[in-house]
Amino acid sequence: MPDPPDLYIGPEYAVAERDVGEVITGEVIAGTSLWRDAWRRLLKNRLAVLGMIIVILIIIAALIGPTIIKSATGYTYDSIPKDQALTKSFPPFRGPGGRFAWAHPMGTDNAGRDIFARVLSGGQISLMVALIATLVSLLIGVSYGATAGYLGGKIDDLMMRVVDVLYSLPYVIIVIVLLALLPAKTPTGQLAQLFLALGAVSWLTMARIVRGQVMTLKNQEFILAARATGVSTPGIIFRHLVPNTLGPVIVYATLTVPTVMLSEAFLSFLGLGVRPPRVSWGSLAAEGAQSLAIYPWQLIFPGVTMALMLFSLNFLGDGLRDALDPQMRKD
Amino acid sequence: MLRFIIRRVVIVIPMLFIIVSITWGLIRLAPGNFYTGEKKLAPAIEQNLREKYGLNKPWYVQYRKVLWNMARFDFGNSLKYEGQSVNQILLRALPVSATLGLCAYIFALAVGITTGTLAALRQNSWIDYASMTLAMLGISIPNFVLGPLLALAFALTLFWLPPALWEGFPSRSIVLPALTLSALYIAYIARLTRSGMLEVMRSDYIRTARAKGLSESQVVFRHALRGGLLPVVSFSGPALAFLITGTVVVERVFALPGLGNYFINACFNRDEPLIIGIVAFIAIAVLVFNLLVDISYGLIDPRIRY
Repeated sequence: MPDPPDLYIGPEYAVAERDVGEVITGEVIAGTSLWRDAWRRLLKNRLAVLGMIIVILIIIAALIGPTIIKSATGYTYDSIPKDQALTKSFPPFRGPGGRFAWAHPMGTDNAGRDIFARVLSGGQISLMVALIATLVSLLIGVSYGATAGYLGGKIDDLMMRVVDVLYSLPYVIIVIVLLALLPAKTPTGQLAQLFLALGAVSWLTMARIVRGQVMTLKNQEFILAARATGVSTPGIIFRHLVPNTLGPVIVYATLTVPTVMLSEAFLSFLGLGVRPPRVSWGSLAAEGAQSLAIYPWQLIFPGVTMALMLFSLNFLGDGLRDALDPQMRKD
Repeated sequence: MLRFIIRRVVIVIPMLFIIVSITWGLIRLAPGNFYTGEKKLAPAIEQNLREKYGLNKPWYVQYRKVLWNMARFDFGNSLKYEGQSVNQILLRALPVSATLGLCAYIFALAVGITTGTLAALRQNSWIDYASMTLAMLGISIPNFVLGPLLALAFALTLFWLPPALWEGFPSRSIVLPALTLSALYIAYIARLTRSGMLEVMRSDYIRTARAKGLSESQVVFRHALRGGLLPVVSFSGPALAFLITGTVVVERVFALPGLGNYFINACFNRDEPLIIGIVAFIAIAVLVFNLLVDISYGLIDPRIRY
């Protein structure tokens, strides 16, 4: 089998191994200066800083927003007003009879539920799914890639061949079949299924990146020293090699978060992801798309919030890559 | 080269086997079946139907039948669309998805490569910043948000284009779906082209080409693009897989009778033969496309040897 071409394009985010490669081969031993340097470079990148601020604001809003709305207006994401006159879709800042009403800055949906509260609660779920699925993919990808890279030889060949094979599988199709045919009994179970399904399919690029890093690291003196002092193989992999691959791993993880978020939304849009009564940005957009012609605000607010979050995360991820990989800054 | 191709073709067969087995396994593992719906059938009728479709046989007989069907590429009749074979449905739905995907991808290639090249040649100019910000927007707006918004603007407000209709190619009805589908690919291709071209323009052979007195356009079109577009070529393999997921969404948003729409409906209806047929077909398409991309690498970049 020939070596595959040296440029790996991840399915969703095009990260060449070279993009994130050879970032901190060894320099991290020099202390915190690399991280401080990277931080300084990141702060110089205005778009990345703006992205970071927006990401933080959205996270804070999603975390504490629903509580504040509840104490201010009494609405939660699934509270349907008792009053019959209120159980229909009002435009932003409008109440019955077209009068101004401050309670619903994003309007209400067909059942009179507050869209602002729904968008913020949906954000909680979307963020949670994205974070946990990214962690799952980190866990699998880093251990797999580091093991393959360190052991080398036949085992490495076999392990990476498995990755190659998995790469060319049409996952989404299998995930759709899985989620459509084996729906979980409870909404929480459904969420767990989503974490696993999304995490299990997004670790491949991570494994390749980590393997590449480990292969350049493993012949350095500090590994030789560790081996000479009798550190076990798992010890070397997880105590000495993995911490040194952190830079590219962080960069790729930040780029995985929006990808996973998008996949979750895609599945929820098809009715396979988050289920009522829980909401996510994807399921809100799916709901909104149904009555688009009459109540466009039902789609626009969740859709734009989600796009803003993805936009900011992508800029932040790009900025982090530039900051942690000075080689790329020539561009 | 030939040995490489043969090896890659041979590996396609076990992979298809795995995919079809996983799908079949999932269908069998799932509780219930096609007949456990809202409408209850009389036990005798259900018994007869199950007998007709061979659903009452032991699992290994059914599994053998699935594999045998796969080998002949004949998946039997759909349970939901009575009297229609899976192959008929595939033949009817495929042209819709393929036309849509192809239009979107060709459009994305044209726009993406142009903007990416312009951005690279005028690095750090306003063209560069504007196109890269637009590209980032294209990546960040989910297509199930973009599609309805485009439909709202161009079909429901301006009345320029139909909101949901399929008249094939060329027609006005393909514009909105193809545009929605291509946005993401325009963005990726523009970014890949830009970074590829930036790298190539710094390389020695471009300096040589300039040194021998070629005009700038000759340098770009005859020398730089060839190397600069390699990332775009390798992106085209995975792109097909994602074009498929994209068409699932776009076909649902615009209610087009394509493979993606049939696939989702088949999953919800538990139409076993149709699910297996579509999964097998998509798997073959993706595997073959990846193979073609790997081969085309060697043709574009003479440095790659198999």
